[in-house]
Amino acid sequence: MATLLDIENLRTHFFTSAGVVKAVDGVSYTVDEGETVAVVGESGCGKSVTAMSILRLIPWPPGKIVDGSIKFDGNDLLKLSEEEMRNIRGRDIGMIFQEPMTSLNPVLSIGLQLTETLMAHTDITEQKARERAIELLGMVGISEPDRRLDQYPHHLSGGMRQRVVIAMALSCEPKLIIADEPTTALDVTIQAQILELMKELTKSMGVAMIVITHNLGVVARYADRVNVMYAGRIIESGTAQDIYYRPKHPYTLALLKSVPRMDQARQAKLDPVDGQPPDLSQLDAGCSFRARCRFATDKCAQSYPPLEQVSDTHHAACFEKDNLEEMAS
Amino acid sequence: MSGTEAALRDDAQFRGTHSEEVLVEVNDLKMFFPVTEGIFIHRVVASVKAVNGVSFQIKRGETLGLVGESGCGKTTTGRCMLQLEQATSGEILYEGTDLTKLDSKEMIDFRKKIQIIFQDPFSSLNPRMTVGDIISEPMKVHGIIEDEGARRERVLELLTKCGLKTNFAERYPHEMSGGQRQRVGIARALAMNPEFIICDEAVSALDVSIQAQVINLLEDLREEFGLTYLFISHDLSVIRHICHRVAVMYLGNMVELADCDELYDNPMHPYTQALLEAVPIPDPDLEKSRAHKIVKGEIPSPMNPPSGCVFHPRCEKAVASCSQNVPEFREVKPGHWVACTEV
Repeated sequence: MATLLDIENLRTHFFTSAGVVKAVDGVSYTVDEGETVAVVGESGCGKSVTAMSILRLIPWPPGKIVDGSIKFDGNDLLKLSEEEMRNIRGRDIGMIFQEPMTSLNPVLSIGLQLTETLMAHTDITEQKARERAIELLGMVGISEPDRRLDQYPHHLSGGMRQRVVIAMALSCEPKLIIADEPTTALDVTIQAQILELMKELTKSMGVAMIVITHNLGVVARYADRVNVMYAGRIIESGTAQDIYYRPKHPYTLALLKSVPRMDQARQAKLDPVDGQPPDLSQLDAGCSFRARCRFATDKCAQSYPPLEQVSDTHHAACFEKDNLEEMAS
Repeated sequence: MSGTEAALRDDAQFRGTHSEEVLVEVNDLKMFFPVTEGIFIHRVVASVKAVNGVSFQIKRGETLGLVGESGCGKTTTGRCMLQLEQATSGEILYEGTDLTKLDSKEMIDFRKKIQIIFQDPFSSLNPRMTVGDIISEPMKVHGIIEDEGARRERVLELLTKCGLKTNFAERYPHEMSGGQRQRVGIARALAMNPEFIICDEAVSALDVSIQAQVINLLEDLREEFGLTYLFISHDLSVIRHICHRVAVMYLGNMVELADCDELYDNPMHPYTQALLEAVPIPDPDLEKSRAHKIVKGEIPSPMNPPSGCVFHPRCEKAVASCSQNVPEFREVKPGHWVACTEV
């Protein structure tokens, strides 16, 4: 499969009165056509800022992309004009946000919000746009789509709203969808419905997807490849199997040991990492995880470990990655 | 060794033991919120049946999990037990005393024994008070420790118990992370030396690694002080980890109640089965092999719940009679209760 998105050495910093917050500090990853890539990490690790940087939606001031390149379908998005960028957002790259309550405009009808996207990006009459909107709502499993078109977001439940957001993201047949915590605000049975819907539609339309989440279960069910982020950097990347069965970074290992399993009888107490994630304005040259790491050595304080190859598909940023298995047992 | 013995051993090893003495008993609890119309004259036009006849017992030292999706009435049940809501009908017996019959003065004694930890560590702490004042206020109000110096000592002790540094006493909530705030909420609950703590989504707002720290803290405290928990959560994985027994609620009704491992390994109610099926497990190969049967439809409004069994419009196994007859909550196996006629 051809590479659709190629992010290289992306740095997005926020210049605040308290200092420079390095929210994203040298992130590189690729997304192939039609592939689902997950970005996992805890709050404040930079996963959402990376996504917003792809769409160039970082507010200045205080935020700024200070370095790197984002190649999408052959173009460097960071070199495009604002006008050209506006054409890409919504047409070539769709976006699904976490909060279906706030990502829809409460004073506009569902129909207007759906047709607005279509009419902005494609040469289509209002009548045709309305027909297409009905078709889209039917596709995402909303009953009586023609009646729903004239309703407002507050008439719909959270799950239904998220379906509308998905319909909007898919409306212009994008090549890539960025889904930022798409199901975090939803109930378990509704979450399963929405994830299944997203999977089916992206498969049938051949759309690539970046799923940003903190839920390791969602990642295991849906992602082809996984990037684990910590303090503004990718610390491990690989196939889902690499990450879950052969973790090579102490943070990934700790994350997996922190989640209780629903499918097994309890085996032991949880074994979480101590402490808190670091303050992103106070990072030094060393590994940002070392203060919480039980395998840290003197070397970890001197320089940041590079993201190095473990196998064909698997990369990890840890000096001790080859000894980790032995030390952990 | 038989299965039950093994389960008991696991419980003792990982979850601690509990006695057979019943600490709290809830009988046929109902909580209906009136829906009114009119500006000056309020006319009751309907009622939201948040909790519609729920019964269960909690033994001393036990952790009972209350699980379900939003709007199922799990939080309202917890709030009724603390008398934060005046129940429409039903009994809440705490060591034999019916709390619903007490006036607010008589309730004060019980408020010391029953504490609650809330979900949102951002809105449940007063932003204008220091952490030290937040924790010492209940001790002052209830006259547990009259001397200010001694109260201060106790605050520092509680902070240390909950894994916070003593200098946090001078800080304000906004200076702390979510995990640290939740520890303050726990310290405040512990200040009263309670017997029974209602944890209402106490770890849901936290990141996984922080969530695991707080779960371990709650377990350590349970062991050290012999606490009894009602653990309300929508997270089935956390519930399996921490609870002895689990009750599943749907739309104001209890649909299933069983020992923890029994419920997860042998779920009987179609809703419980659907719920367990819907949770993704952090294991990619296992996920590939799972069937992923997904329950259709949305949760109906509790203002106008379906007739008969409330789950029947979404249920795969529903038969004609399900829309008419309310299924009895019955014990189908020792300790395993289900509200479904088709089991």
